[in-house]
Amino acid sequence: MAVVELALVGAYLVLALAVGLVAFRLTDDTAEDYYLASRSLGTVVLLFTTFATLLSAFTFFGGPTLTYARGPEWMLVMGLMDGVLFAVLWYVVGYRQWLLGRDEGYVTLGEMLGDRFGSTGLRVLVAGVSLFWLLPYVMLQQRGAGQAVVGLTDGAVPYWVGAGGITLFMIAYVVASGMRGVAWTDTLQGVFMLAFIWGAVVWVLAAVGGPTAATEALADSNPEFLVLGGGLYTPQYVVGTAVYIAFGVTMFPQINQRFFAADSAATLKRTFSLWPVLVVLLFLPAFMLGTWAAGLGVVVPEGGNVIPAVLREFTPAWFAALVVAGALAAMMSSSDSMLLSGSSYFTRDVYAPLAGEADREALLGRAVVVGFAVAAFALSLTATQSIVRIGNTAFGGFAQLTLPVIAALYWPRTTRTGMLAAVVGAQLFYLGTLVAGVILGPFENMGSVGATYYLGWHPGIPGMLLSLLLVVGVSVATSPSPGEDVGAYFGGQRAD
Amino acid sequence: MVSRAERYGWILALAVLVAFAVPWFLWGDGRTALGLPLWLWWHVGWMGLAAVVFRLFAIRAWDDGVEGVA
Repeated sequence: MAVVELALVGAYLVLALAVGLVAFRLTDDTAEDYYLASRSLGTVVLLFTTFATLLSAFTFFGGPTLTYARGPEWMLVMGLMDGVLFAVLWYVVGYRQWLLGRDEGYVTLGEMLGDRFGSTGLRVLVAGVSLFWLLPYVMLQQRGAGQAVVGLTDGAVPYWVGAGGITLFMIAYVVASGMRGVAWTDTLQGVFMLAFIWGAVVWVLAAVGGPTAATEALADSNPEFLVLGGGLYTPQYVVGTAVYIAFGVTMFPQINQRFFAADSAATLKRTFSLWPVLVVLLFLPAFMLGTWAAGLGVVVPEGGNVIPAVLREFTPAWFAALVVAGALAAMMSSSDSMLLSGSSYFTRDVYAPLAGEADREALLGRAVVVGFAVAAFALSLTATQSIVRIGNTAFGGFAQLTLPVIAALYWPRTTRTGMLAAVVGAQLFYLGTLVAGVILGPFENMGSVGATYYLGWHPGIPGMLLSLLLVVGVSVATSPSPGEDVGAYFGGQRAD
Repeated sequence: MVSRAERYGWILALAVLVAFAVPWFLWGDGRTALGLPLWLWWHVGWMGLAAVVFRLFAIRAWDDGVEGVA
């Protein structure tokens, strides 16, 4: 049986690779082309590549498993987070960055901030902070992929072969064709995920007599799931999670860099209004399938996930194998983009300022992709609890950057000292809380730290407030340093 | 550029979209209809409304507050 399943997954991987290699034929040997597809992405590709990038293993595994155990309110968290808040940030941060990138040629966030504030230190700091949170998160995706393959084959394919194989596939098309290849394969993967999850829901509902019957079964087994709120879902949890993740997402390198890659303002406009629709289309079936499974008496093995379990019970094995392919698609489409963005952050914002411009930046960028992927793979083999915890809290780490960046984009009074204080201060607070509370301390996760110390709010939220206080307070108290260039962002009165 | 009144209108509209993506007035309500909880239907409808409002914003007021800041 495992042969058919492996063949399906293998065929899918080969298809993704083929799309990536077709994109390679259009590639120029410049850094802007490699990292941003020469700022040429249109509506459909930009929408799907951002969307597929946003969706990690959580869509197929973590999310539905959470709604299976705790009820379907995560749909509200997701809708508020990615449907509304992220859409607004898409305009406020994304469109503004796109305009600046078009005028000034920026490729990374660090570059954009370093230029405005005349500060190599800020540039290296922002890239360093980003890479610190990014690497463990990439590692988590590879780990998920490896475990999915082990689960699919009942252990016939060992973990390191599964995770290593996926890593090699990604390296192949990311190295060959950069952003264009990533964006095209993401589009394929996004379409595939949508088709798959709806197919799964229709199949299972047909087998159990429709949504009303499924919900009645749930009303018997877990009536509290149908009631809004309760249990895990406090107002602080719903709002806090949506806020810190939405703000964190905008500073995740692979998302933030996409703000520079749109071909025109019209593309950004169209994409902006499609967010809420796409979020419902993808997450409603995934989360409801997980929730209904609780009423259908599906048993999830310890540490396992609900979607494979529910499909094993109601659909044939080949269809269940497609799930794993869908989940692998979700993981790969996140990781490939992270590898590429991580490489650009390292090459442009860490290597170049410290060691000088590379002669052939696109070539160095490719070498860094390989290095980054291999490092994350090696980490995934030895994954210690601390690294897993850093990866799991990465969204909150990125969220600490967002408010200072918004201040820089909109408030001309923002100073270099204010930016440095806000970035360093908020990171120290958040990382300090993680280390003292969770890694060395008694708490199981950041949520329980928040429940004890911050009135039920995730520590990412007080951290964000601190970053805002610091950027505003310190900027007011200091004057611009020599080398700052307000004109780079405001009113076209550029000093040079 | 839209008028000042319209600009405030848009800020208010976006704030309302954020505020009621979660139907707070149905907190603790467990009624269902057509196989889904009522509060989930509200959310689905609200996301549709958000898409329409975003589209109108993109047509009418895009660039407002972003281009030529300062």
